[in-house]
Amino acid sequence: MAVIRDVMPAFELYQPSSVADAQKLLEQHGSDAWVLAGGLDSFDWLKDRIRKPKAVVDLSGIEELRAVRTTADGIEIGAMTTLTEIVSHPLIKQKYDLLAQAAEVVASPQIRNQGTIGGNVSQDTRCWYYRGGWPCYRAGGNICYADTPEGRNREHAILHADRCVAVNPSDSAPALIALDAKFVVRTPKGERVVDAEDYFIGPDIDITRLHILQPGDLLTAIRIPSTWAGAQFYFEKVRDRNVWDFALMNVASAMVTSGDRIERIRIAVNGAAARPLRLKAVEDAVRGKPRNAATGEMAGKLAVQGAVPLQFNAYKIPLMRNLVKRAIGGVEEATWAS
Amino acid sequence: MDNKKVVDTAKASDRQYGAGYKLIGKNYQTPDLYAKVTGNAKYAEDFRAEGMLFCKLLLSPMPHARVRRIHAHAALAMPGVKAILTADDLPAPADTLTDNGTVIKASKWGERGLTMEPLYQGEPILAVAAVDELTAAEAIEKIQIDFEPLPFVVDPLDTLRPGGPNPRTDGNVWTRPAATASQGPGAPAVTELKWTKADFEELKHGRLPLGKAPDEWSYGDLDSGFKNAALVLDETFVTPDTSHQTLETRSAMAYWQNGKVYIHTGTQSTAQTLPAIARWLNIDAEKVVFISEYTGGGFGSKITGGVSMIIPALLSKKTNAPVMMRISREEETFIGRARPGFQGRMKVGFSKEGRITALDMFVICDNGPYDAVGDGPSSGRIVSLLYQPQAMRWRGVTVMTNTPPRSAQSSPGGLQGIVLMEPVIAKAARRLGVDQVAIRRINCPEGKAPFGPLVQGKRQYATSAFLKEALDRGAEQFKWSERVARTPKRMGTKVRGVGVSLSCYVGGTIGFDGLLIIKPDGRITFQSGIGNLGTESVIDVHRAGAEVLGVPWEKCDVVWGNTTKNLPFTCVSGGSQTTHAMTRAAYATAMDAKKKLQEIAAKKLGGKPEQYEVANERVFRKGGGASMTLAQAAKYAIQLGGIYDGHEAPADVHKMTKASVAALAGQGLVAAAKDNYPRDGSTFSYVASFAEVEVDVETGKYYIVDFLASGDVGTVIHPRALGGQMLGRSTLGMGHAIGQKWVFDPHYGEMVSKRFHHSKPPTILDVPVDMQWTALDIPDPETPVGARGVGEPPVAGGCGSILNALSDALGDEIFQRAPVNADTILTSLEAGRPMQHPLMAHI
Repeated sequence: MAVIRDVMPAFELYQPSSVADAQKLLEQHGSDAWVLAGGLDSFDWLKDRIRKPKAVVDLSGIEELRAVRTTADGIEIGAMTTLTEIVSHPLIKQKYDLLAQAAEVVASPQIRNQGTIGGNVSQDTRCWYYRGGWPCYRAGGNICYADTPEGRNREHAILHADRCVAVNPSDSAPALIALDAKFVVRTPKGERVVDAEDYFIGPDIDITRLHILQPGDLLTAIRIPSTWAGAQFYFEKVRDRNVWDFALMNVASAMVTSGDRIERIRIAVNGAAARPLRLKAVEDAVRGKPRNAATGEMAGKLAVQGAVPLQFNAYKIPLMRNLVKRAIGGVEEATWAS
Repeated sequence: MDNKKVVDTAKASDRQYGAGYKLIGKNYQTPDLYAKVTGNAKYAEDFRAEGMLFCKLLLSPMPHARVRRIHAHAALAMPGVKAILTADDLPAPADTLTDNGTVIKASKWGERGLTMEPLYQGEPILAVAAVDELTAAEAIEKIQIDFEPLPFVVDPLDTLRPGGPNPRTDGNVWTRPAATASQGPGAPAVTELKWTKADFEELKHGRLPLGKAPDEWSYGDLDSGFKNAALVLDETFVTPDTSHQTLETRSAMAYWQNGKVYIHTGTQSTAQTLPAIARWLNIDAEKVVFISEYTGGGFGSKITGGVSMIIPALLSKKTNAPVMMRISREEETFIGRARPGFQGRMKVGFSKEGRITALDMFVICDNGPYDAVGDGPSSGRIVSLLYQPQAMRWRGVTVMTNTPPRSAQSSPGGLQGIVLMEPVIAKAARRLGVDQVAIRRINCPEGKAPFGPLVQGKRQYATSAFLKEALDRGAEQFKWSERVARTPKRMGTKVRGVGVSLSCYVGGTIGFDGLLIIKPDGRITFQSGIGNLGTESVIDVHRAGAEVLGVPWEKCDVVWGNTTKNLPFTCVSGGSQTTHAMTRAAYATAMDAKKKLQEIAAKKLGGKPEQYEVANERVFRKGGGASMTLAQAAKYAIQLGGIYDGHEAPADVHKMTKASVAALAGQGLVAAAKDNYPRDGSTFSYVASFAEVEVDVETGKYYIVDFLASGDVGTVIHPRALGGQMLGRSTLGMGHAIGQKWVFDPHYGEMVSKRFHHSKPPTILDVPVDMQWTALDIPDPETPVGARGVGEPPVAGGCGSILNALSDALGDEIFQRAPVNADTILTSLEAGRPMQHPLMAHI
């Protein structure tokens, strides 16, 4: 049968006004349901007619999902809070600016106005074979088209590939990992709170998903503890265009120093693997070391150990090495007068 | 540092133009502006008609195949599905009858809109019309097609290999029988060309193989040019294939009424799209009404619209209902045209001062599967003009591949040729220790500069060239010397680099018509057959006419965008010809109006016509005395009839103009004229482009921190529109340097970069916030108003200056192709040599 793209198929649209109602709908429709947040990822899939859910559950009418609240130990961000709201939120800017920095370089202003934090961390990979409807491993087939002798894989993984070489595209995810955020998931069995890095999974765990959500599950909030409030943050995203482009790679770190020593640190990169990678080995290696270029160099080299380039993405190894180096050792700013 | 800093210098763009004129060289608000910025402007997709159906396309999933059978019963049985259109329903392609009576036979290799032998993935095979798009899409999903897969190729070099696959069953290259003394070149034909294994040895060294080339020309003594050179460089470079990605896709709506077809779609020419539609539908031009008031960009992809517009027209005929075809972004990526990429090799000899003593240029142009594009030959002519090599040979192969169809794109061939040449010049300057501006200055065309091959012992030449002056002014305003001398070049992980590029393209044609009416209320209506594609030439050129007649712009109206509105024969807005061609026509028409006004005054008020002057909305006797208003003159024109009110048309205007004159007869003083002004030489416009980049050597990321384009574009007509073209088209060129390209999986022959964001057209945040332009405002000596076109001339400079700034920052061993991105920069810096696959297409 012929394939046609760019025409959204018909579906039943549900617009619940409470999380409880949303959960009921998800339970009722099981794997036929599609959770719609800002729609930036969803509409691609729907318009391409690659995914044809019977029921779309639109979360945009659920007020309780859309707020930034202070808690006893930090803040809680509703999953439907837009990236623009995060960028401009005074408390986030003041204490958790790492997240604001990451959210501010997502896509374009229009997309940030519409895109949500929950959607940004839960979006699917942008592998152009998989998104193009090719029947690859991730789509239930038995080949990775990107990892063939002639496959075009400039934007693919250098670490933890397992049959599939797709990468996670989120900019906010590494920032949330660095801030030690907790993801609040409502499941049919009750609420579950997981560490940010455990929300994401690689192809070795499940090749069809980038995160732990099962049908019926809902990411409702992200909690950021005060552990890293006001720490020294570093975020950098490298992309081809200055706006409206996914990261070739990004890095996020939160660091507390004592004198010139690194007392504690969390660091994560994305764009290197199917999940954002918390670099625990790097954290362990630099703890207690002076925060300087030499420590950065050492960290960068350590970070890329085991990296395996594909035909067109060897640049990601020096890129990741240098981004980790900068996240720890800093970057020397240039100041030409004109 | 990024590109957001506002540079605190005197703004080059603030220069005043139009000294001595009232309208020419002055800014004004075009009459289409308000509708555009408020969203009230109606583009093709905005039209609705009663009972309108929608159609959707079924695109080929394979790069090359034969359709054995179409199973559409299930689709046609669906409620709401009205009709299917396949290639079998298309009219036979019509021959073209030129204005001088020559018949050009329709090419058997031409593109027809639908096909039973798709030649690229994404080629439309059939269309379904239904009550709505969803029904049409669901119907298409019910259609099954039996395909016979055929050999395919996406990299031009692969089909040139011994035994390589052919993209078409009958060959792989376009060849054109050579011109003889008595006849021009013959019609291009598809033939087979294979290079030898020995030819391909060069590829192992990263150099373009120089196999047999069907097209070749030369002049001068190449061998002694190289022998006497102080430096000879031999460089291979690859330019990208770039989709036009006009923001308005080629959506079209059509309906039939009283035996006529009415079509709404975007175009680069209102007047000349009509005959194209007639040809595609194989019907008389009188049966076509074409409406296109607003067009969301063309850049060469909609010169006479697109052949796909016949799909809704034919479905409308079949269903007896209006049919709308909305083209989606993915469909536009397939059928919306693209610039052909070049694989090129330039062997260039330089004197120790940097003068080019010899140039041996070899290009492979990736033509796609359909009609031959002219980019290859154009690249040779433009390079020969822009750098004035003392001796030159150009060789080219126009290779077909199973990739989407190409067409002209802003500076077709000019961009590719200049982008092959500029990095070589930049490298030569560094090797010779010559300043980058100086080496370009010494090679600049000047005055009636020659270009191209010897034809019957002579070379063609330009009307004029003041590029040296543009280069000097640009260098001064960009503070080139200061920037070059600034130290250090590197601070921390950032490196700065500056680049300059020459650029030029054709800038005008001649021989078209103008048409205006002075109405009995004293207002003037200009009939404009120009497409409203965003350049504003549709309105701007008529200011030259108003200037001649001395009429305030507030008293002028412009009619455009609909072939029922009686338009004159007008050039297409391609090849940057409009401002030149149509200011000439406007000038001729205003002169005709002036002559008629003088004659009317003499008839009514006595004396001789030449004793009368036209100014301030009056015709008056020189030195005072009798006079009449233009309103009165218009009334007299109607009384007089004949040539005065359009009951007679000049003998030499085009039949389209004659028909329009006849239709307007009696409405006032009707002036119509053909541009018969002489022109000695071919018209080109020239730009010198300057850029500064800042590269982070740890990430490969770079920003364009400053840019200036300095133009020799003749008389400035409308500064704001000119600035829009100078910088907008420079930005189009920058896209080729900083990211625009195609990516194909060669194993499957499929494009993987199908989404809009994959093709990465530059955004407003990718260019410096304070880009500058300036123009010499020196009139072209070979045209009455002195104005030339400017759309295409800046394009190559936008790309070349960025590439040269990058190599200034990073050295010559980083990239051998465009675009240049973080991946290229980082891997090459890491390895200390260019690391990208030399010559591999579509990566």
